[in-house]
This record gives sequence, structure tokens and C-alpha cells, in this order.
Amino acid sequence: MRLKLVPEKTSFDFFQRSKLWLGISALMMVVALVSFFLQGLNFGIDFRGGTTIRTEAAELVDVGAYRDALAVHELGDVSITEVFDPTFEEGQHVAMIRIQAQDDGEAISGEMIEALKATLETVAPGIKFVSVESVGPKVSGELIQTAVIAVALAIGAVLIYIWLRFEWQFALGAVAALVHDVVLTIGVFSELQIKFDLAIIAALLTIVGYSLNDTVVVFDRVRENLRRYKKKDLAEVLNISINETLSRTVMTSVTTLLALISLYVLGGDVIRGFVFAMIWGVLVGTYSSVFVASAILLKLGVKRDWSKPSNTAGNQFANIDA
Amino acid sequence: MLQIDLWKRVLIWLVCAAGVILALPNGFYTRVEQANDAAAEIIAKGETPERLEAIGQWPSFLPSGLVNLGLDLRGGAHLLAEVKVEDVYEARMDALWPEVRDALRPERATVGTFRRQPGPADQIRLKISKPEGMARALEVVRGLANPITTLTGVGANDIEVSAQGDILTVQLSEAEKLASDDRTVRQALEIVRRRIDEVGTREPTIQRQGADRILIQVPGIGSASELKAIIGTTAQLTFNPVVGRGSDPDAAPGIGNKVIPSLDEPGVYYTIEAAAVVTGEDLVDAQPSFDQNGQPAVNFRFNTSGARRFGDYTAENIGSPFAIVLDDEVVSAPVIQSHIPGGSGIITGNFTIEESTNLAVLLRAGALPAELEFLEERTIGPELGQDSIDAGKIATIVAFIAVLVFMGLSYGLFGLFANVALVLNIALIFGMLSLIGGTLTLPGIAGIVLTVGMAVDANVLIFERIREELKAGRGPARAIDEGYSKALSAILDANITTFITAVILFAMGSGPVRGFAITLGLGILTSVFTAIFVTRLIIVMWFERRRPKTIEV
Repeated sequence: MRLKLVPEKTSFDFFQRSKLWLGISALMMVVALVSFFLQGLNFGIDFRGGTTIRTEAAELVDVGAYRDALAVHELGDVSITEVFDPTFEEGQHVAMIRIQAQDDGEAISGEMIEALKATLETVAPGIKFVSVESVGPKVSGELIQTAVIAVALAIGAVLIYIWLRFEWQFALGAVAALVHDVVLTIGVFSELQIKFDLAIIAALLTIVGYSLNDTVVVFDRVRENLRRYKKKDLAEVLNISINETLSRTVMTSVTTLLALISLYVLGGDVIRGFVFAMIWGVLVGTYSSVFVASAILLKLGVKRDWSKPSNTAGNQFANIDA
Repeated sequence: MLQIDLWKRVLIWLVCAAGVILALPNGFYTRVEQANDAAAEIIAKGETPERLEAIGQWPSFLPSGLVNLGLDLRGGAHLLAEVKVEDVYEARMDALWPEVRDALRPERATVGTFRRQPGPADQIRLKISKPEGMARALEVVRGLANPITTLTGVGANDIEVSAQGDILTVQLSEAEKLASDDRTVRQALEIVRRRIDEVGTREPTIQRQGADRILIQVPGIGSASELKAIIGTTAQLTFNPVVGRGSDPDAAPGIGNKVIPSLDEPGVYYTIEAAAVVTGEDLVDAQPSFDQNGQPAVNFRFNTSGARRFGDYTAENIGSPFAIVLDDEVVSAPVIQSHIPGGSGIITGNFTIEESTNLAVLLRAGALPAELEFLEERTIGPELGQDSIDAGKIATIVAFIAVLVFMGLSYGLFGLFANVALVLNIALIFGMLSLIGGTLTLPGIAGIVLTVGMAVDANVLIFERIREELKAGRGPARAIDEGYSKALSAILDANITTFITAVILFAMGSGPVRGFAITLGLGILTSVFTAIFVTRLIIVMWFERRRPKTIEV
């Protein structure tokens, strides 16, 4: 007896309400962008400079007391949050202290850290600084730039690869889906004000890779079916292709989500934001390869006759059936 | 059809076996690490029974390469420093000034008297009293220039000399500045490396980043401040003639002189000549020792040229004081009692034993040519690293089991085949990481977990395809064969695109992010290999043995 998440044969019509789905996607993107421009992202120190200190103490964290104790140092904007995690042991109370970047281009000084520690010991004796990270404003600006370039490069490289392997309509569809995924992911980070740091950029690029993986598998089948069913119209071919690959799409999403969820629950709080981004990305990426990439491919239309080799002249890679 | 040549089969199993053997040491991490450390110590310091025992913990015929743990897993300190390359211009000008002075002195008849004017630190500005002699002054000073070789400019000189009215300006040329920047950063890199090696920590990463930055990562060190204390202290040792002693920090020093405080006498300031007689660069050795009163002190020795200059100076200036200056503070200013030949001496001061030891280390490692500015620093405590490893380990195991069970339930026997491949896949990732000396970071663990989830994708694609072929009425052998060949293009396209993003991440990212890119990229390679070679081979072997009439996927 097999576990089957998707029935043996399906024939859903994915384009019946394609306007609705595209509308929903567009709406969600608008919401994401509005949130991004109105409240921005909760940038971590990687991107805006500053210092984060992770403290560990045996007593409960008293955020107010910490804040009052630190006030004497006049550090400007200081945020203190208590961290909870199921993996913590009894009597392990963790807080994250974030301090804005100080004036000059440098990271925070060692003496300052010692002074902060001494101050905090008055309210929480035996407090430990388990990690201290400090990024000067000079570097953080460059890190933002590098991150933006990395994401743009990834999307550009993929656009070119798919264009070479398929047709430009496919490439546009795939990239539209990618932009959709990236925007929605950044949106969710802005809406929920989850800390956005360098690792999230890695997650974003992984989402780009994953979403693409899904899209390419569907497109590969579309290309094959376009050759097989020369008489059927494009919507039908797309529907057949998506239905045929549906079982695989669901299987892979489920195994990936299984792995990610276990990491989300058990992997500790340090990478929870990172894993959250990837879980969200897998969900959005799976959705977008069907409802965005294919829908756009349908709107753009595609050249139907794949049998004549002359049609792919000038595109030497299109015929390689690896 | 379903035939795989014998040599291919052997090769596939050999690759898998190699992966498992290379991954094996990571299963016994502490033991292998101790054995490796002992082996390194034996080479460096000779054999002891304890070291031999430690080395015996891991058989020598097995590979001993380990996956490096990143700072976020092991704990340690990370620093990104910018070398203030402009500092060197100033030192170069100060060193050039006596030469300019000596060259112009015999020309007084033509150029008149001359004085150095205050100006930007990276220039020498000279005012001459006879502007009509400027042409000659230019000629003389230009004669001090040395030609340098650059990629573009032929016949470029290291200094640029120009005149405006009665002011003559000397500064480094652009080409020389570029060359000087490069030298400075390299020298700083080397000195940082030597200082960290002196302290003897495990596998520090010291890399140049961009034009003028140095990335320093030292696992196992307590904090970034501690690391900065080791490398950041400039320990610039110089011996300068003393002009005067007083208590006014703002006293006018006169051109070519400067006022600096005393190290251990509060309120005392010395006026010294800025140009040093001998500098720390001429130092060949420095050792902690004790002076005749039993106080901690530092013994030092100069190289030949330093010794000659020091000897000449002491011979000519018996009875006058000179200052031993460390980082712009006067350690002591003894009066020269006699000619000191041989180039060795002793620095005394109010040192503790620890201070004298540190000072000796710093002097021995050489002075940093320029100041370092720390742009980024991170300290990760070992407890946090261990917590992350523990959490990561549990999460990976749970993810692994969940996927194994799910694959078994979904594809039955074929699912089990895929599971064997998945286990081999993880072994191959660790094997390759050990082989290339890759670094495992916390996001890297996430990359492995993600790979566990995605690695089955290739198999899923194939199995789904085989199901379709079976549904279409093909026989088992035919269905398997078609399934593989038809799924191949989708597998390759999908994985190449993901691989592209991994490569970009690797190229653009740093630290933990790069660790993630490595495991993701390796994971893609190994999962494609296991899906299209290993599972296929297992299925073919099973098929040959059983010859089933029907199969269920």
C-alpha cells in the first residue's frame, strides 16, 4: 500500500481562474511593497551597523532593568528582547541586546563591551555575553550593496540560462515567478518585522533556486508536451503538463518542508529566521511555478512548432536534450 | 537497456566507498582532532609519550581530514580590519626629510636658507629664501627620486617634486602610493599572521579582502577584544634623540621634533626628534629578561645596519639622553654612558613579567606598518557554538528520519533504494567537505538539511516518470529505462539553475553564508550523482537478480 498525496490521475484546470490567482498575487505584491516602503525592514546589524549582544543568565530576563542599567552609557537606540526557545535548558535565560551604530566608521570597542557587561552584572549577577557582534556603518553599507547585486545577478543568470535552454517566453515566466517570490518574502519580513540580516539573503537566493527548480520541471514537461500534442491549444497543454508533474511537485515540496520544519522547531533560535524564510519561500515558490510562471507563459504565448530544427537556429543550446 | 558496464559499476561503488571513508573521521571528531594536533606537535616539537598516545587514538591508515567548524559552531572571534595605508606616506616623508635637508645644504649659495613648513602630513613643504634658485633646488631634490616599475607607467618615479613661488613640495607619486598601499597591506597581513602564530591557536584564517582590508578569524579565542589586543597593538619601537624634558604637553616642539608623554611617569613629557636613529624594523630578536635589579625587562638585538647606526650614534653622543619610544610613549630616556657596540641592549621600565613577555612578543613579530581600523567584529562563545551544533545535529537527524520514512511510505521498495542513496549522499557531502577542507557553518547545516529534503527530488522525478511509463503499459525494464532517460533533462536543468545560485552565493557571500553556499553546491552535485548513478545501479542490480514480471513504484 502506497501513501499517495496526489491521486493517480488528476485533471485540474489551473487556468480556469488564472485571472483571480494573478490578481491575488498582484495584490499580495502590492501589500508587500507598501509595507516595505512604509515601515521598511527590520535590518539586522549586518545592514545598518551597530552591535548585538546575546546574553545568558540564570535569572529571568528583566528587560526594563536591563534597559535602565544600560541607560547610563548613552548609547542611543538600544533594543532588548528576550529570546525563548524549546531547546533551552532549565535556567537558561537569553536576551538579545541591540545597540545602534556609534558615530565613527568603526565597530564597538572592547572596553565598551566590558563596561556594558560590568553594568549588567549589577542587575543580573553572573550574566554571560555568549556572543557579541559589531559591524561598523562603513561595512554595513557595502554589505547591502553586495546583497542586492547577488540577488540581481542570480536572477539575471537564471534568466539567461532558461532563455538558452527554452525560449524567451519561458525565461520571462520563470523570472516573473522569481521576482514574485522574492518580493513576497521580503514583504513578509517587513510585515512581521522579522530581523533581516545577511543569512536572509542566503535564504532569498535559495528560494530563487528552489522556485526555479519547480518552474523548470514544469516547463520541461511543457516543452515535451508541446512536441507531443501539436494540435491542442496552449492552455490545455499547460494544464496537462502541470497535472502530470503535480505529484512530483507535491512530493518534493513535502520532503523539503518536512526537513525544514524539523530544523525550524529543533534547530535553535539562531537560525530560526533563516529557516522561516526558506519555509515561506518553498510554499510561495511552489505556488508561483504553477500560478504565476505558467499563467504568464500562457499570456505570452509560445512558438508551437518545435519539430523543425531551423526554428532554433541561432540558439545552439535549445536542442540539447541533456 | 538496463545494462551498466562492469567498470562503471566498480567506479560508482569506489566513489561511494571513498566518500564514506573520507567522511568517517567526522564521526569521531574529538578523537581525530586530538590525534591530528598531536601529529602536528610531534613534527614541531618532537615526540612525547602523551603525544604518541594521542596519535594512537586514530589509525594512521585511515584518512584524518576533518570538516572545519566555522566560528559560529566552534566559538571564536572574527575581525575585519582596514589598514590605514595613508599612515605610511607620513612615515615616508619623515624619513625623507633628513635626506632632502642633507642634499640641499651644500646648495645654500644658490637656494639660500630653507625651512620645512607645516602642511599636510603626506607632504614635505619647503620654503627657500632665494626663489630664483628654485630650478636648482628642484633638480637636487628630484635627484633623490628612485625610478619604480609599474604596469602602466614607464620611467615613473617614487616621489613627485613641484614648486610654487618659493615653496617646494615633495610628495609620493600616485604610482608609488599604489605600490606602497599594496606593500603596506601585505606587510600588515604578514605581521598579523606572525603575531597570531606566536600565540599558537588552531587554524586561524587570515586573509586579504579587497584592496586594503584584512579578515581575521580565530577559532577558540575568548573574545574579539583579546584578539585585538594581540594584533592591534602597534608596538612601534624607535630610538630617538631627546631634545628636552618638561611637563607641558602643548609645548612648541619646533619643526622636525615632537612632544610625547612618558609611559610610566605621569605629567612628564619629552620633546624628541621625530626622525628615529634606529627603529623596530632593525630588530632581530627580543626576549623577556630581568635587569640587574631583578626587575622584568626586555633584551633586544639589532641587525648589522641597525647595530652600526646605534653604535655610531652612542659613540658620538656620550652624555646626552636618548629615548626608547614605544607607540609614541617614552618607555625610558637613559643618558648614554658609553659607546654601545654590538647592537644589543635592554629596555627597562616598570613592567610586570606578563607585560615584558607581551612586549617581547610584539617586538619580535615586528611593527605594524600602519594602524588598523576595525570595521566589523564578532565574538561567538563556545557554549553558543556547542548549543548550535547540538540543535543542528538533532534537527538533521529528525529531518533525515522523516524524509526516509516518507519516501518508504510513498515508493515502497524503490523508496528504500532512494533512501540508501540519501544516506550515501550525506556521507559524500561530508567526505567532500573534508577533502577540500571546507568549513561547516550553522547556515551550512541548514544547507545540508535542505539538501536532505531536495536530494530526493531527482529520485522523485525518476520514480514518477517510471510510474507514468508503467501506466502507459510498458514492461518493467522498459519503464525503468524510459523513466531514467526522460527525467534526465528535467533533473539537469533544475539542478543547474540551483547550482548557479549556489555559485553566486559563494562568490558574493562571506563567512557563514559562504558555508551555506558550499554545502548547498556540494549537495546538488552529490544528489545528482546518487540519483542518476547510485539508485540506478541499485535498481539494476535488484532487477537482474529478481527479474520481476511486474513492478510497483
